[in-house]
Amino acid sequence: MPFTLKPAEPFDVDVESTEYLKKHIDTGERWVLNFGPQHPATHTTLRLVLELDGERVARCTPHIGYLHSGFEKLGEHLDYNQYVTIVSRMDYSAPIVNDIAWHGAVEKLFDIEITPRCKVLRTIMLEMGRIQSHLLCVAAAGLDLGAFTAFLYGFNSRERIYDIIDYISGQRFHPDWTRVGGLMQDLPDTGVFVRMVKAWLKDDLAGAIDDMEGLLNRNRIFMDRTMGIGVLTKQEAIAHSCTGPFARASGVVRDVRKDAPFLCFADNWDGQGAKGVRFMVPVMNEGDVYSRYRVRVEEIKQSAKIIEQLIDAIPGGPIDTFADAKMVKPPKSQVYGSIEGLIQHFELIMSNRGWKAPIAECYSSIESPNGELGYFIVADGSPRPFRVKVRPPIFVNYSTMAKMTEGHLLSDVVGIIGSVNVIAAELDR
Amino acid sequence: MGAETPSNAASNAPGKGPNLDHPVFALVKGHFASKRFSATEFRGQSTLIVQPGDAHAVLGFLKNDPRCGFNFLADVVGVDYLGYPSKTIGRFAVVYVLRCFEREDLFFVKTFLDPSLPTDGIVEDPALYLDSVTDLWPGAEWMEREVYDMLGIRFRNHPDPRRILTWEAYPAHPLRKDYPVRGREEREQFRLVDRTDA
Repeated sequence: MPFTLKPAEPFDVDVESTEYLKKHIDTGERWVLNFGPQHPATHTTLRLVLELDGERVARCTPHIGYLHSGFEKLGEHLDYNQYVTIVSRMDYSAPIVNDIAWHGAVEKLFDIEITPRCKVLRTIMLEMGRIQSHLLCVAAAGLDLGAFTAFLYGFNSRERIYDIIDYISGQRFHPDWTRVGGLMQDLPDTGVFVRMVKAWLKDDLAGAIDDMEGLLNRNRIFMDRTMGIGVLTKQEAIAHSCTGPFARASGVVRDVRKDAPFLCFADNWDGQGAKGVRFMVPVMNEGDVYSRYRVRVEEIKQSAKIIEQLIDAIPGGPIDTFADAKMVKPPKSQVYGSIEGLIQHFELIMSNRGWKAPIAECYSSIESPNGELGYFIVADGSPRPFRVKVRPPIFVNYSTMAKMTEGHLLSDVVGIIGSVNVIAAELDR
Repeated sequence: MGAETPSNAASNAPGKGPNLDHPVFALVKGHFASKRFSATEFRGQSTLIVQPGDAHAVLGFLKNDPRCGFNFLADVVGVDYLGYPSKTIGRFAVVYVLRCFEREDLFFVKTFLDPSLPTDGIVEDPALYLDSVTDLWPGAEWMEREVYDMLGIRFRNHPDPRRILTWEAYPAHPLRKDYPVRGREEREQFRLVDRTDA
């Protein structure tokens, strides 16, 4: 990079005040550009205050919080099942992943082991959520840089995933699909589900990935716009707590699915010695926007392989855990058809009853499409958590934004935002 | 190590106390011989409880000592324990979630703070101060800003000590337990619109 930053006079961090703007906007050399919060290229509501030297970004100050909705405060007032409706609205590009992460943490708190059938279904949907999120990120990153066709291929394939989610949960966008110790409901028909997933993998996804890669991988304009842009080294990525494909593009060899396995990624997940699913973790060392794109595309292929391994071997049996019937809501047929089911239902949902949580706190994380998505739950013995802290991967990854954009052209800022896959609902919570 | 905190002791399997044989406990105790610590464990997750003044030194030791090697700060969590059913050392707690990539180890360092001033506003409380760990892990910058914004715990030597999710003039720290979920008067100031003048 031939450009070196001019030594700037130290200035006040409060860039929002007009005093600051007055002082700096008329220097003739640097000017301040307000980017967002409503701008088509920011994807969602986030704001950057860019101090520009000509067209180079000399300093970038991200401002977030425009979508802050108090999700963590709400978690203290909803019970362990109800809160799933809130978490699924955090990273809405792959909502089902949040459900699985949240109830994974709750089951760790309660020390519940879920059934093999539930584990397989959650793993399949987790990987489907990963593909859903990566398709959005890759397609929209292309769109921001002018590759409109790749965007259409990506979004066309995402529609099929929404159809599958609609089939299993009854909602397209926010499935709220998991429950403590199980799922909202069993599959309506396992055969139909398997056929839908296989048809999508074979007829749709493989072609869409081929088309997108053919359009972008060796596209001279795309490469020029993305290679060497927004570079983050391996040391910086670890020091800034980055995770997920964002960090793996910088050479951080780390994936929670491999390093702290959960669900079907762990060996012996069915209690009978089954091996964990086989997959590879793509890593690149350049740490630029292009390598983030490549890592995400490779992860889509690996996720498809994981689904292919599991889809033919969905075990039978119950969907809810049988270890402790006091933890799981009975199916609706039992609630309406038997007195025991009705009692058990009200034991859990009445405000003075419900779960007997331990008085303790624990942390549990999974590998979400954007990195380590963790929940720190403080429980006080009541059916509602005392405090829920989410570890949002996008929030942590996005905190490197100022570092990545410095010295780049204004038009590259758009590409860098796309490569972080910023979803402001998770960023601000 | 000292006795475990009552808050977590009762929660493990009955008749069995927390399992405090994580090797890092002994290393920290050996290195900081004159300091007082306590420890607890739940579901295989070990937590070291330190005095607020020692937190930065202990975290620096955990990061830089090769036998500990916690190179990755996963999260900084702020908790307000007002009204918690079991007794805690202080009202506020800050938990650092550490990871070691080499050994695949998860470790928690927790420190308690007690406010000295009323907590219903945004007054600066000299008792609610911790040393920032941004010099150890630059990624702590936004995490600590969030703890400050949500709970009003300030961090010394922080490079950019602004609020992050709410705006600067917001009259409360909303994740404190004495802040109601429906807000405090913010809603009451909205103009009421009924059918006749809508």
